[in-house]
Amino acid sequence: MTESGSQPTNAVVAGLRAWSTNAIEEVIEFRGETTIVVARKVLRSVAERCRDEHGLQFNLLTDATCIDRFPMEPRYELNYHLVSIPLRQKVRIRVRLSGHDPVVDSLVPVWPGANWLEREIFDLFGIQFTGHPDLRRILLPDDWEGHPLRKDFPVEGYRDIPAIATRYTRTRP
Amino acid sequence: MTTVETATGPARTMVLNMGPQHPSTHGVLRILLELDGETVVKAVPDLGYLHTGIEKSCEDKTYSQAITLTDRMDYLNPLGNNLVYCLAVEKLLGLEVPKRAQYMRVLMVELQRISSHLVWLGTHAIDMGAMSVFLYCFREREEILKIFEFVAGQRMMTSYIRIGGLALEPPTGWVERVEKLLKMMPSRIDEYESLLTNNRIWLGRLKGVGYISAEDAVALSMTGPMLRAAGLAYDNRKTFPYSSYEEFDFDVPTHTDSDCFARYIVRVAEMRESLKIVRQAIDKMPSQGPIRTDAPGIVPPAREKMKTEMEALIYHFKIFTEGFAPPPGEAFATVESPRGELGCFIASDGSPKPLRCHFRSPSFINLQALSKLMEGQLIADVVACIGTIDIVLGDVDR
Repeated sequence: MTESGSQPTNAVVAGLRAWSTNAIEEVIEFRGETTIVVARKVLRSVAERCRDEHGLQFNLLTDATCIDRFPMEPRYELNYHLVSIPLRQKVRIRVRLSGHDPVVDSLVPVWPGANWLEREIFDLFGIQFTGHPDLRRILLPDDWEGHPLRKDFPVEGYRDIPAIATRYTRTRP
Repeated sequence: MTTVETATGPARTMVLNMGPQHPSTHGVLRILLELDGETVVKAVPDLGYLHTGIEKSCEDKTYSQAITLTDRMDYLNPLGNNLVYCLAVEKLLGLEVPKRAQYMRVLMVELQRISSHLVWLGTHAIDMGAMSVFLYCFREREEILKIFEFVAGQRMMTSYIRIGGLALEPPTGWVERVEKLLKMMPSRIDEYESLLTNNRIWLGRLKGVGYISAEDAVALSMTGPMLRAAGLAYDNRKTFPYSSYEEFDFDVPTHTDSDCFARYIVRVAEMRESLKIVRQAIDKMPSQGPIRTDAPGIVPPAREKMKTEMEALIYHFKIFTEGFAPPPGEAFATVESPRGELGCFIASDGSPKPLRCHFRSPSFINLQALSKLMEGQLIADVVACIGTIDIVLGDVDR
């Protein structure tokens, strides 16, 4: 498993490089996992390529999530974990987004399963996905303010005294 | 507030609110159903009622503290959650776990799979009107939980699997208790099947209900028994083996009908396969040997050493006060939970707390397919469709 495991991941990089020479910004190998960093504007075409190319066949988008590296810039890192069920391989596609303009193409047209995953990222990180059919909050209430998984959102939340508490606070006569 | 935009106008269809306090939604799931007579035109799930911000809390805990939080996500599969989290951290650290601990992990997780499937079978049967199966399933589940209590000290929130190995040495006599269970279970599973598989009501309620094609299932990122019932033998234990699963001999049950009945068949067959794996794990496991890897500064030292060696005492103090810092980088580990592919993505920035800890929860992603399963079904089949996904709301909302 280990010998054959390193072979196909290199094939992913090679396959993408053969298709477009400047699609890949960086390739990171860490603990046997391959991360391919791509530019924001080519994300959707890279995703389509990964799904449709005969030598790649990444038919399952297993996970999509975001990392906030505040105060570094570019601040956000979107990670898409792809699995090819027929070829038994995995790869991670990464896009870096700046904090001033956290907008990226939605992958729902490529994998419909990206729908809720992107809604979750929108909800918790505030990243906008262009072309998403139904970009609403999913876990938090619709009237929630802020995006709690951002690093500048405190873990304990904003503990202002709720309006209801001040309303009923009685002063001693 | 989530609303339904009616496709055919308000005169023909009616919007019905189901949940969040409804016994058949298996927790706090709310579904907005647009109905045309008795036919479901559209179903919109609304979630987040159990959102507790576990991922955010993990960022404020040290790596070993966060284990207890993982128990509370998928409360029918706490050991699986522990396992995936520990595998991710171990991958990040480059730790190798002793074989004995690996087999023990496999054994516990497989017992957990049986108990989780028993809860599914029991609750699904009660949703369909078969009260007795529910009682039988919970009777057997209780036996498994008793084993957990015996081995790990807790029935449900075990936190038994730790970074680098296990929390405790298995107590004397645990093998006999598992053996007893192994002897009992096959005939009990036969009993459920004799009650259900050829039952006309069961067949009528499940056959042909909740169909989804294999292409749609993969496109919607579905995994686990849902995907296997559609004919795709994708199982992390076989495709990307972890924790020595490659040494075990078992089959991945599949079906081609992709309806609620096919999923029932697959899950029952999985219970039998899990029994096979438990059997092999007992046979493989050496009776002596370490249950934790030797990694000073990461894995807590043994009690005995702590009382006699200065270094061990210092390491113990440091692990529980400031924690340990893995090298900067990311790791993504996946396991096959009873519900599908459970993943844990951890990013480290070289500090003792994770920069980001994300869980790919199978319930959340499988639930996405609910509207697809329900479209065009009768309102009576809505409960069958929810039940067949086998969601755990703690896992959906995290």
